[in-house]
Amino acid sequence: MWYFVSPQIVFGEGAICALDELQGCRALIVTDRTLVELGLVGQVKDRLERAGFEVRIFDSVEPDPDVQTVLKGAEVARAFEPDWIVAVGGGSPIDAAKAIWVLYERPELHPAEINPITPLGLRCKARMVAIPTTSGTGSEATMGIVLTDREERRKMGLGNREAVPDIAIVDPCMAAGMSPQLTADTGLDALAHAIEGYTCAWHTDFADGLCFNAARLIFRYLPAAVANGADLEARERMHNAATCAGLGFSNALTSIAHSMGHALGAVFHLPHGRAVGICLPYTIEFAAHQAPERFAELAALLGFSQAGGEEGARALAGAVRELCRRIGNPTSIAETGLSRADYEAHLDKLVDDAFNDTSMMSAVRSPSYEEFRQLFLYAYEGKPVDF
Amino acid sequence: MAFKFPSDEWIKELANQLNASEAYEKAAKDWEGDFIFVVEPDEAYPHTAYLFLGLYHGKSTDAALLSSENEREAEFILRAPYSNWRNVIEGKLDPIQGMMTRKLQVKGNMMKIMRYPKAAKEIVACCALVPTEFAA
Ligand SMILES: [Zn+2]
Repeated sequence: MWYFVSPQIVFGEGAICALDELQGCRALIVTDRTLVELGLVGQVKDRLERAGFEVRIFDSVEPDPDVQTVLKGAEVARAFEPDWIVAVGGGSPIDAAKAIWVLYERPELHPAEINPITPLGLRCKARMVAIPTTSGTGSEATMGIVLTDREERRKMGLGNREAVPDIAIVDPCMAAGMSPQLTADTGLDALAHAIEGYTCAWHTDFADGLCFNAARLIFRYLPAAVANGADLEARERMHNAATCAGLGFSNALTSIAHSMGHALGAVFHLPHGRAVGICLPYTIEFAAHQAPERFAELAALLGFSQAGGEEGARALAGAVRELCRRIGNPTSIAETGLSRADYEAHLDKLVDDAFNDTSMMSAVRSPSYEEFRQLFLYAYEGKPVDF
Repeated sequence: MAFKFPSDEWIKELANQLNASEAYEKAAKDWEGDFIFVVEPDEAYPHTAYLFLGLYHGKSTDAALLSSENEREAEFILRAPYSNWRNVIEGKLDPIQGMMTRKLQVKGNMMKIMRYPKAAKEIVACCALVPTEFAA
């Protein structure tokens, strides 16, 4: 028994017009200041006001939002009493908006209590729209909420099926202004979602197609979207791919590359997509040694190798590295400029955090503590995994 | 020899396997919290059984078949029909997925359980190492 949960997805150029038909009185926009300055939030606000809404903007979401931010946002929500929460942004504002929504509906909860097992009882006060402005996290279609615990320098993987937004507006124009670097980083995050969603132990028949198609689109269109941001076809296909991948992994799970990526992000503030993009091939090679089947199948479907088994799985890892190189992203942690001394000083914490990350639940090959240490070291040095 | 599930011998053997597992010890090194597993009757098994598993800092401190749920204090109570437990032990039902679909009902602080997913996985891995004899 399992579930497949999805928002209503409005996609393609002009999808933003879906806001014109929203019914309600008060909308709280959750976003960040950069997006306000870029004018993207203004567009959303104007449409909502034309649709008859009173609008308030909470724009204090920082990259990798923490508990304090969502507590502040929830206070604003409680004072304003919106019937729609409208998230505008990348993963950080959308995840923060989900948590703010939960705490607005359930003021007695602490954010860390949001888990996939205890029912929340949302939608008594408000519903949620998510409008992604990056093509990566897929958060507009997922139940996940990643918050940062700054004291412990740890990312908390929270979430609940009820926290899947009601509506996702996937309009490529909202992401057309991304810089090449942001396009590359977020695109690799989407690729990791697609590949891990397809290959993890929790994969399902309902999510497989979404993950495969997302991976196919990303390999095909990410280089063009990075090289030429004005290539609107590439932009649109990447934007769709990110949501497909989000929907795919949210109904399956991510895996070890995300465990490592979360640890690296929390300790060294590496952008999430860059971190998981680096780790992904190493984790594929690690799994390939004992459980290559799903990776080899995906490699065959994507046309990288018909060899099957470990060889097929390794071809997938090779294709991911090749893609990273083509878009100018690092393929090892050393290449990000992190010093070896600094890295090794934090190695125990990285392994500890990754070991207990929620994404570890679905690993097809579960590393021992020592193997995990080695994985982090190989990923630092850029050495293909041979154990 | 095989250990009947559920029984005093079975839960004690699980504790032995946990205490021999380096992976469990590492994953649960800060864990504090005892469990009672309640095996509820279904078509495959007509009785109710209570299995106590004491867990502290990566080791099992105690394990026993109880005569009732109230015989010992435990921070967490996991409750499921016999056949669902069998699926968990045989690796057919992921315990976290089981909780998410309410095939395993959990009482206790979920926030704490969700911080130790790897430990949950290692407990299941240790279950697989206990030679188990199930009711027909
Ligand atoms: Zn991700």
